[in-house]
Amino acid sequence: MSALTLRGVTARYGSRAVARDVDVEVPAGSWLAIIGPNGAGKSTLLKAIVGVVDHDGEVLLSGRPTAALGARERARAIAYSPQTPQLPDRLTVTDYVLLGRTPHLAPLARERRSDMEIVEQVLGRLDLSSLAGRTLHTLSGGERQRTVLARVLAQQAGLLLLDEPTTGLDIGHAQALLELVDRLRTEEGATVVSTLHDLTLSAQYADHLLLLDDGEVVASGTPEQVLTRPVIERHYAAAVEVLTTDNGNLVVTPTRKPRP
Amino acid sequence: MPATSHGTAKPAVAPTRLRPAVLVVAVLGLVAVVSVSTLLGAANLGWTRVVAEVWAQITGGRSPLSATEAAIVWEIRLPRVILAGLVGAALAMAGAAFQGVFRNPLADPFLLGAAAGAGMAATIVVVAAPSVTGWIIGPLPLAAFAGAIGGVTLTWLLGRSAGGGTAVLLLAGVAVASFLTAIQTFVQQLNTDTIKQVYSWMLGGLNTTGWREVLVTLPYITLAGAVLCLCARLLDVLAVGDDEAASLGINPGRVRIVVLLAASLATAAAVAVSGLIGFVGIVVPHAVRLLAGASYRVVVPLSLLGGAMFLIVADHIARTAFAPAEVPIGVITAFTGAPFFLLVMRMNRGQIR
Repeated sequence: MSALTLRGVTARYGSRAVARDVDVEVPAGSWLAIIGPNGAGKSTLLKAIVGVVDHDGEVLLSGRPTAALGARERARAIAYSPQTPQLPDRLTVTDYVLLGRTPHLAPLARERRSDMEIVEQVLGRLDLSSLAGRTLHTLSGGERQRTVLARVLAQQAGLLLLDEPTTGLDIGHAQALLELVDRLRTEEGATVVSTLHDLTLSAQYADHLLLLDDGEVVASGTPEQVLTRPVIERHYAAAVEVLTTDNGNLVVTPTRKPRP
Repeated sequence: MPATSHGTAKPAVAPTRLRPAVLVVAVLGLVAVVSVSTLLGAANLGWTRVVAEVWAQITGGRSPLSATEAAIVWEIRLPRVILAGLVGAALAMAGAAFQGVFRNPLADPFLLGAAAGAGMAATIVVVAAPSVTGWIIGPLPLAAFAGAIGGVTLTWLLGRSAGGGTAVLLLAGVAVASFLTAIQTFVQQLNTDTIKQVYSWMLGGLNTTGWREVLVTLPYITLAGAVLCLCARLLDVLAVGDDEAASLGINPGRVRIVVLLAASLATAAAVAVSGLIGFVGIVVPHAVRLLAGASYRVVVPLSLLGGAMFLIVADHIARTAFAPAEVPIGVITAFTGAPFFLLVMRMNRGQIR
């Protein structure tokens, strides 16, 4: 069964529709990347799925409409990290990751020992144990992104919505982070929906791409089906070449005419 | 590491939490401050004789103090010390709560117009119906509460309409506070017969205090303190931003309203008995953050205790430094608070826009 199904979803701020009439099925354990030029509505669509932006149409989690779920119940099923997460400066890594346990706690209750054990496991898994007591403003960019991912994982939701998880990371750190997400997906059966700027990385990590342009789905399918030169040139207004490396990796690279 | 008989090893990572030892130290500190401030005062009774009086009260023995001197201790000093503690606790925890709700390190009941709103509304009640001002549940506390909420709401709306940044909110607060204080002064000047009554607390003074004022404020500050302590973890969740907080299953709008109501109630109760005392809400929560960590689960309860200590000490200086004359307590808190405000501003540079 599909972990996530969107049926005619239109995400809107008030009366302004930002992403329109999106249909997609995301099988359990797969990775969907939402791609598209700036302002296409990628982030807004994610926010509609997580329920912080209003939407028309139906969002189904394993066949159940999210509209029927309470806020905390939904938060136990969907974890979300925004494009620019706010990390309160002087909070410790442990305190921040512990916030991921919020949907598992009654509103005014304090955390249990089992919550701390989950936090500890997640920190160990993301190689953050040595930073547990550090305050957030002392972390490097890569450490910050991993800490945010730890907060998402502590939520123990089956569906991870990651809005540009590699923002601000160099190519090595970006790769490491995506490998980590991919491992969680294969080892724990998590389903991933992410927006990604980098088309090459999205081709290498996602099973399915959804290309949005100005709020409309203009292409949907495997990376090979979506990332073709005419499609990219039309919707990104970019000059590109799409190559396949010897080991079968798809690479999208910008091209430039030689100067006369 | 010693072997334990059970296999229940504690997780190695620990959240920032109010540790019992820290709580005990803070409570003992508060008891010490209350004791010292009650033993020493403008009237030179001699602290050994005051100790003997307290002992005599407990054991039923003979006191070295005359009836008048005993009354100074029990009817003037002690209620004043306790009220200073209550007001300090209220202003400090309200400051911490406003900082959490607005995600603004410089928020404070004074700077957001909450205190000015409470002061204006209380003044209007004093002027209109001076006879009802001593009621625990009555027009004065209710008006002060409504005024505090009105002030902070106005500041928030104006700040948001002008962009909603940290600095903009504070500028809106300064404008609102000035405007409401101007109304208050205007109302006072029109009613010179009650001006003395209003003036005594407008300057920020605890010098007219008796047990009545303690009784008027205690229930409100207790209620507000309980609500804020219960909501402390939710304030940590709000710190990550509204979208993320909502994605974690809480309703940021609802949390914000509950916390704002509680913080306004604390502010109103404090202002209704003590007038406008600034900077407590900045100094104390930030001192707590530096000493004990930034999680609101530590900041709220320790601000409550620390605020009580801070204001008892400030009031002690106010009443003894130039005895028998009194320095307005607002002057003492501003002496320490204004430089501290600038320090906090520098510490948060880059974030204040």
